Amino acid sequence: MTTLSIQDLSIAALLVVALALVSRRVYPDLARQLLVAAARTAIQLTLIGLVLKALFANVSLLWVALLAVVMLAIAGREVMARQHRRFAGAWGYAIGLVSMFISSFSIALFALVVVVGHEPWYQPQYAIPLLGMLLGNTMNGIALALDRLTQSAWEQREIIEARLLLGHTTTEAVSGIRQQVFRSGMIPIINAMAAAGVVSLPGLMTGQILAGAPPVEAVKYQIMIMFLIAGGAGFGTLAAVHLAVRRLFDERQRLRLDRLKH
Amino acid sequence: MGRAMFEVKGLRFRERPALSFSLRAGELVCLSGPSGSGKTQLLRALVDLDPNQGEITLNGAQRDTVPPPHWRRQVALLPAESRWWAATVAEHFAVIDEPRFDNLGFGRDVGGWQVERLSTGEKQRLALLRLLANRPEVLLLDEPTANLDAASRQRVEALVRDYLQETGASCLWVSHDQQQRERLCDRCMILNTDGQLEPS
Repeated sequence: MTTLSIQDLSIAALLVVALALVSRRVYPDLARQLLVAAARTAIQLTLIGLVLKALFANVSLLWVALLAVVMLAIAGREVMARQHRRFAGAWGYAIGLVSMFISSFSIALFALVVVVGHEPWYQPQYAIPLLGMLLGNTMNGIALALDRLTQSAWEQREIIEARLLLGHTTTEAVSGIRQQVFRSGMIPIINAMAAAGVVSLPGLMTGQILAGAPPVEAVKYQIMIMFLIAGGAGFGTLAAVHLAVRRLFDERQRLRLDRLKH
Repeated sequence: MGRAMFEVKGLRFRERPALSFSLRAGELVCLSGPSGSGKTQLLRALVDLDPNQGEITLNGAQRDTVPPPHWRRQVALLPAESRWWAATVAEHFAVIDEPRFDNLGFGRDVGGWQVERLSTGEKQRLALLRLLANRPEVLLLDEPTANLDAASRQRVEALVRDYLQETGASCLWVSHDQQQRERLCDRCMILNTDGQLEPS
């Protein structure tokens, strides 16, 4: 595999800087966000590279578990930050966190023990990238769905209440919103699966091929990952929407928008 | 006049003084009061749409023992402005009661009408029909004729009066119109700016 030098990376970074400069006038906020995100990419990936290097040098379940928990905690924070009208208090954090825990974590564990079957199962070369890909995609699905749900409930509060007033249950009153919300959480992975191989070559497979792995082996891994991601994002979004809808209403089936942050 | 069928005791909402009143079967009571005195909030509390404390009974059944959707079918609120979630009128009705539609001046084909094309008056009259389809025992009407022309207003008034007579349901009607109150009411209540109910 050809290694990259700092100069190589700098040339790629110039592209981002050029984009920020060009768009600075018309989209000043976006240009700033772009630079911050690019800087975060460089710093965070460098740090995780160092962490992985240390982790690979001494394989221990404790360290792998610790890193996994940190990744989950940050993903939970990220889901919260991406919502325009999130739930107030601990709920804003907990709904995303719990949903990601029960989907990404359990699916990653299942894949490591049953599907990959490496010895030991927590071998960080497998465990961390697998969890990372699952968490990243699940996080996107959940964040999109929760953002859409709370936003729609806010915008359509009068329609929801009109239905409650006609004696509809909370489930009936939000049925239309729920459909759209679940759809918006699932669309990214459905699109990715539909376009895989014909339009886009997914990252994991590309990485393995760049590293010299035989294409057919790389493809098998990619297919597995796609299915795991679909499961993780799907079950995670289902759980998140379920929890969030429950929190939107109280025990007397009243719409409680006061539970959202204003 | 019959027995009290709808009884409200010590109802509190939004840190206001506790309210108590009752409605008898078949009775039409008008509610008025300056804007901002909390008439709409009172109606919302009665159907349990906003958090509130207090004891409400319908024909002896405590509100807290009745599942909320069931309660809201029996104690029905018509908001000042109606909301529609589907494209056609019929999708908002479980059944279309044709004689009632005729009485409100709608033809047989109204079910297929696009909600988008309805006028304010048509929406309000259809919203009332939609509510009555649940056969409520208590009607809470929040200025139901405020935006209607004289002909529509008369139709709505007649429909509500007929419904009360036919079913023995009672009605709390919020109205700013003095003449309407005199025309319709068995008695009147005023919600004053201190949030207290007084007879008029």
